[in-house]
Formats: sequence, structure tokens, C-alpha cells
Amino acid sequence: MLSRRHPQLNRHGELIHLLTIEGLPREVVHHILDTAGTFLSVNDRDVKKVPLLRGKSVFNLFFENSTRTRTTFEIAAKRLSADVINLDIARSSTAKGESLLDTIANLSAMHADMFVVRHGESGAPFLIAQHCAPHVHVVNAGDGRHAHPTQGLLDMYTIRHYKKDFTGLTVAVVGDIVHSRVARSDIHALSILGVPEIRAVGPKTLVPGDLREMGVRVCHDMAEGIRDADVVIMLRLQNERMSGAMLPSAGEFFKSYGLTPQKLELARPDCIVMHPGPINRGVEIDSAVADGAHSVILPQVTFGIAVRMAVMSIIAGNEA
Amino acid sequence: MTTILLDAEALYAELRSGVRALLDPETALVGIWSGGAWLAERLHRDLGRSGRPGVISSRLHRDDFGSRGLAGGADATSLPFDVEGRPVLLIDDVLYTGRTVRAVLNELFDYGRPASVALAVLVDRGGRELPIAPAFAAARVSLPPSQRLALAKEGERFTFSIEDDA
Amino acid sequence: MKILISNGRIVDPASGRDERGDVAIAAGRIVALGRVPGDFQPGRVIDAAGHVVAPGLVDLATRLREPGHEHEGMLESELNAAAAGGVTSLVCLPDTDPPLDEPGLVEMLKFRARKLSLARVFPLGALTRGLAGEALTEMAELTEAGCVGFSQAEVAVADTQVLLRALQYAATYRYTVWLRPQDGALGKGVAASGALATRLGLSGVPVAAETIALHRIFELVRATGAPVHLCRISSAEGVELVRGAKAQGLPVTADVSINSLHLTDVDIGFFNSAMRVTPPLRGQRDRDALRAALADGTLDALVSDHTPVTPDAKHLPFGEAEPGASGLELLLGLTLRWGEELKLPLVRSLARVTSDPVRVLGDALGSLASSAGRLVEGGVADLCVFDPAARAPLRGQQLRSQGKSTPFDFEYTGFELPGRVRATLVAGTVAYEAR
Repeated sequence: MLSRRHPQLNRHGELIHLLTIEGLPREVVHHILDTAGTFLSVNDRDVKKVPLLRGKSVFNLFFENSTRTRTTFEIAAKRLSADVINLDIARSSTAKGESLLDTIANLSAMHADMFVVRHGESGAPFLIAQHCAPHVHVVNAGDGRHAHPTQGLLDMYTIRHYKKDFTGLTVAVVGDIVHSRVARSDIHALSILGVPEIRAVGPKTLVPGDLREMGVRVCHDMAEGIRDADVVIMLRLQNERMSGAMLPSAGEFFKSYGLTPQKLELARPDCIVMHPGPINRGVEIDSAVADGAHSVILPQVTFGIAVRMAVMSIIAGNEA
Repeated sequence: MTTILLDAEALYAELRSGVRALLDPETALVGIWSGGAWLAERLHRDLGRSGRPGVISSRLHRDDFGSRGLAGGADATSLPFDVEGRPVLLIDDVLYTGRTVRAVLNELFDYGRPASVALAVLVDRGGRELPIAPAFAAARVSLPPSQRLALAKEGERFTFSIEDDA
Repeated sequence: MKILISNGRIVDPASGRDERGDVAIAAGRIVALGRVPGDFQPGRVIDAAGHVVAPGLVDLATRLREPGHEHEGMLESELNAAAAGGVTSLVCLPDTDPPLDEPGLVEMLKFRARKLSLARVFPLGALTRGLAGEALTEMAELTEAGCVGFSQAEVAVADTQVLLRALQYAATYRYTVWLRPQDGALGKGVAASGALATRLGLSGVPVAAETIALHRIFELVRATGAPVHLCRISSAEGVELVRGAKAQGLPVTADVSINSLHLTDVDIGFFNSAMRVTPPLRGQRDRDALRAALADGTLDALVSDHTPVTPDAKHLPFGEAEPGASGLELLLGLTLRWGEELKLPLVRSLARVTSDPVRVLGDALGSLASSAGRLVEGGVADLCVFDPAARAPLRGQQLRSQGKSTPFDFEYTGFELPGRVRATLVAGTVAYEAR
């Protein structure tokens, strides 16, 4: 196959879209995190707005519903002074049979500057980026099982905030990894940032062996997976994505892989517990842990807005 | 090409005198990143002020985002005082078009409404593109647009360099 | 018209002939091969100096898209594509709309194809009514109408009992059943299971989908004695099972598609929908096994798997895109490329698209069986004249097929295809000629 430039980079190697963390150079990831730090301070000012995207239109294209993620992107865009338009695609023209690319073309005709896209099919944002006008930027807000790069970046921001240095960490990602775009983005990011021990923990139906090729240690035993971990990232059990017969019950999953205070004792004493949300209490995580001292789940949300502001302002400033 | 030699240390001494005259006890000293921040730090010490000076960045309010993108860099605004109702003295090394000061003013006002804002600079090189004027400038020089005037810090000493923009 | 093809390099895999000579054609047949009598008065001379004169290619897997899928392809465009690709006989699949389960539909198709005087069309009849996997079709009637075998196309037969009965019935008449070894439930993914599909977050088709289906087919062949042609083997494990079945004397033959022969899952790149084909592209190890198996005869034939798809159907996210790629115009070039890479002489590489596919078709070809896919005096004049040294980048937009999507587009692969067809003759008539 011809080796070609990643569609999210222009010919100077600058980010013009954010489609996936995979393949980003380490300096680019750190630059995004550093920029996010600047934007975090914006949230503490009287005027929580900067004019970087003033006059720009950001269209939230959510083919899969998610009020949470859409809201954080909306807040981030508005803090950059952008105009935000939310498109409820599920109930609109696409349901009437309009193709994805026709939808994009129509919206581009309405002078969209940036599309924030969430879609149920892996690879959809790549198709959009390939076909939209040169000045339009695309942010992947989650595509199928493939990637959720802003979540991966905010997870890295969180780890950097609490742990400072990536190069000595043991990070465990637990749960429904095979269906999780968050897991894939986290794994790529951890790898790029030089985390030496990345563990994927879960039953064989949810944690396939060929994940090893992504540079992780596959653990089907929770105790082995959690032991001496500095960071534990719990994933949501994706009921709507399982095509039945992958797990007998949520209860059995919780027994083996749910994060309880007892299991957490196997990790390091200063271990942080993360979760992309929304959490299923009693399924993948015990309330005592979710609300406990190790949990950084709520700070993740705050960091998420700053990270999305960073991503949007960086890509908007680079030309195709 | 004629070279102008600027003695940064001598100019600093001038600036210190000028700033001393502008300062009230309540005035907040704020340096514009990066050259202004160095100056503000040394002024703050030399003038025996308590606490530490503020640092302010123009990065988020620059008017060239559309053409140059978001500038990389470690600059961040840090104002260890409440802006609301405070007189503020901004310090910068070189005043040129005035656009950096405009961006800094916008940044400052994101934090609150100051009682007043004044500007003191080491060198005013003219070439203003906006209606911005310093209350004090240690030197006024004229340079062709192709040349860049930059303050450098070696240990505790300041020096000026004049570079040709390629 | 009498035609003389002069000074070409005559390559006939069936006889092993590979030598310079002339070919004389009259009344649709080859009247002289090699040395032509001096009194032969041709109405037309084709100078084949520097060119290979070979039997016209025989493609065992084409979708002509008629009836029912005319937005994707029509007889005229697709048979013109065949001629441009040097293909003089092709077997078409029954998954049209309606499927080819009624003799009338088959007759109509053959009639329309005959009128166009391009490639010869040999339809496969549907094995079950509507391809639904429940009731058998009238296989004898369909054969009389012109079917050369029976197939389910991509549709797996869920009920093993039905498949058993279908094979038993076909065995009664010694009809060959053409089966795609892919388990229905396991075959639902969009890419081959493995590290790449996992990394890209694409639902996977495990190798077991092919091996389990092969095991099932072999057991049913053992039980019924029905001859089966296995369509589109895609994995190294599949190759091993076919090798084993042949060693045990089971009446099976097998083919492989040009896609599986040359590409791997890595070629999907950034979710390129042009790479969405079925069976899905597998790994390097599988590709190497398929290439070797085609060389040693474990796999009998190379097919184009020509499945024209509209651009709209490809301008979709990978998992939603319609699987398929055009292939008729690439079959020759990709056969030559495979042959070059394995350092096989032309008589051997071309066999897989000429004499071997004819051997697979066997008696179903009737009187044509003795001369299709080969150059023989007295046989039908189905020929392909091509320049083996020419190389050109393939551009999908330039294909004659209505479907322009091909994973071998120069834009994706960066390689040039060898072989340029100069002329294609069917029954002694020039069906295609390069400008």
C-alpha cells in the first residue's frame, strides 16, 4: 500500500483535524495538553471566554446520541466565542435517507467552519474529513469502536495532572475493551507518551488476545491486572453495543471485574481511579470507589472542557 | 546598515526611576510575557515591593490567530491580586505596533475591571498601528520594520539585540 | 470474416505450446495454428508482433448486475468490460433481482448476452428458490435453460438439512454446486478478524467462519458424492483444508479472487471503502498461502469476482459501504503480476484463467468443453492478443465497467498492472480492439 500522510495532518505536519490519537507524535500530544492547561485557567476568570473562534461556526453532528459529550463540546466552543449549532441527525434528514456526504455538503453550504462528529461507524470522520471543503476542520467525538481522541487526551491530562511523569507508570484499562473507542484512544495515547506497562483487563469475550499487537499486556484475571497499578481506568459496560451472548449478566461481571474497595487495595496506595462516564454503579464500579478518595472522575469532566478548547483552537489555527 | 547600540542595563536604571514615580502603594505591577515579565520581576525586587508581580500573556487575545494559528509557548497569565478596582501598571520591553498591548488589555479585562491601566516600557520604537501610548519610556528609537529588537537576559543582566527579520 | 493473426507468440496452457506463429480464423473457428497454409486469404490481418496470442480468458465469477441492479451495471457495459479485459467466457452469479431461479430468467439473460456478441455468458442457477435456503430450484430445467452449476452466491444456507438435500439432488444429475465457504453467523463482520480489525474497531470475520464452513461442506460432499466448487478461498487455514480434501479424493475444486491474491487487510489504510470486499482481505500469511496454492494447483482458478458498485455505495463509512469491486478488466494484469512474482512461465500462470477454469466447468460446457479456454485447430476462435511488456497505472475512472471502484486503483496501490489487451476475439469476431 502506498504510505500516505495521515489525513489529520497538513503537509507541514500540523494538526488540521483530530480524528484519532494513533500516529500523533509525542510533542503534538504534549502541546495539546500544555494548551489545555492554559484554557483550564480561563475557567477561573470572571470572563470565561476567549475570542479565538469568534465568528466561526461549530456544528455538532451527533449521529449517535450523547447529551454529555455534546454539551462539553458546546461549552468548549462557546468559551472560544464560537457560534454553536447542534444538529439532531437521528431525527432529521439522514433518517429520511440523505447520505452522510450529502448532509455534510449541505451543512458546508451553510458555512460551517468545524464539524464535531459522533457516529456509530468506525471511520466515519475520516470519510467526512476527506470530502469536506479545505477550510473546514473535523473533530472526532467518537466513531464506532475506533476512537474517541478527545476523551483519550483528557484522560492523559488527568494522569499528567496527578502523576506528572508517564514514564514509570503502570496503567490498567478494565472492562469492555473490544467495543470501546475510549480504550483504544487511551491505549494509543499511553503508548505514545511512553507508559511502560499498559494492561487490558477483562474476560476473553471483551478483551481479545490480538490487543497485544497494540502494545498492551492482556490480563483475564482482575487481581493480576490491578496489582500495583498507578492508574485504573474503568470502562462502561456497553449494553447497547454487545450483540448478545457476550456476558451472562452484569452481576457476574461485577463479581469478577467490578472495582470494589477490596480489589482496589491491590493497586498502589496512591492509585487514581478514572472512568469516562457515565458510570454504571454496581456494574463496573462500586459506589464507594466512584465517590471515594481515589476517584478523579469529576475532575476528568472539568479537564475535558479545557482539552476540547485546546483541540479546537489548535486545529482551527492550522490551514489544510 | 547603521547599528544602534542600546545599553539595556543603563536603560533599565532609567526605567526604574520612571516606574518609581508612577507607582502608588495599591498599584499592581504586571509584566507582559516574556521580556516585560523579566523586567517586572527585577523592578518588583529593586523597588522593595511585597508579594510578587503579575505576569500577563497576550496569547489568547492576539489578532493574528487567523493567519498564524495558536502560538505555541509556555506563556500563561498569572495575576496574584484581584483586578477589580485596582490601578495596574503594565511593563514591557519593547513597544512597537501596540497590538500586543491591546491583546493584553483584553486579557486583563477578562479578570475584572481595573481602576486604571498605565504602561511603562524600556524602549518605544515608534511604528504604532493603534492609539496606544506609554506613560514612560526609557528610550525612543527608530528602527526599520525589517529589524527586530529583542531583550535577552544573561543571568541577572539584560542585553538588547537587534536582528534582521529574514 | 477470415482473420489472420500473424507473428504472435502463441501461448496455449492446455497443450503447453509457447512459440512464435500465426493463427488463421474462419467461420468462428481456428482453422490453422502455428503454420498457416499459403492459400489462406484473410479479410483482415492483425499484426501480433511483440504480442502474446492466448486463449480468451475464462472468468468463473462475475456479477453482470442484470436483472435488477441496473444502477450498478448493465449487460452492455459489463460485457464490454469483459472484452476489454480479454475475457471471452464468464460465469455469472445468480444473486440478481430476481435471483436466477426460474428458467425464463436464465433464457432471457443468455438471449440478451448472445445478441451483444461479446463474451459468452454461462449463468449459475440459484441453488434454492429466491436464494432463501429453504426450497430447491428446478435444477434440471435451469440446466436446460443454460445454467452450468448452482450457487447460493453470498447467502449461507443456515439449515444443514436443506444443504444436504440440495447436494443430494444435484448429485443425481452430476451438477456441480458452487459454494462460498462462509458460516452465516460468523461471517457477519466487515473486516478479517485480527490485529488490524481490532485496532480500527471494525467487526471481524474470524478464520473459523471459513474453516467451519469448509468442514461442513466436506462432510456433506462425503455423504452425497456431489461435486462442489469452492468459491473464494481466503485464508491459509482454508487452503490447508482444501489440500487435505483433495488428497482424500473428494470431488472438489476451488478458486481465489484477485483481491485476496494480491491485497491484505493492511491495505484498508484509513478506512478506504474501496477495500471493502467479501471475503474480507486477510493477512500477509494468508496471502502468501493463497499465492503458493494457486501455483501448485491446490486452488484451480483465479477469478475476477467482478462486482460493480456505485460510487454512492462506496462513499459511506467502511462498515456501511457495499462490499464489492470491479475486476474483469484487471484479471489479465493481475494474473500476469502473480505469475511474474512467483517466476512462473506464462503457460502456467495463464492456465489458471483459461484451461483450468474450463476443467472446473467440465461437462457443463457441453460441446464447448473441448475448445474453450484453449487454442486448438478446429476449436472455437476465442482469443486474447496482448502485449505482455506494457505496464500502466490502473485508474478506476477509465474502466469500461459501470462500477469504477477497484482496490487496485493506482491512487491506493501505487503499482502498475502488466499486460495491455490489443484485441479480443469471440467466435472469430473482434469483440474489442485497442485504439
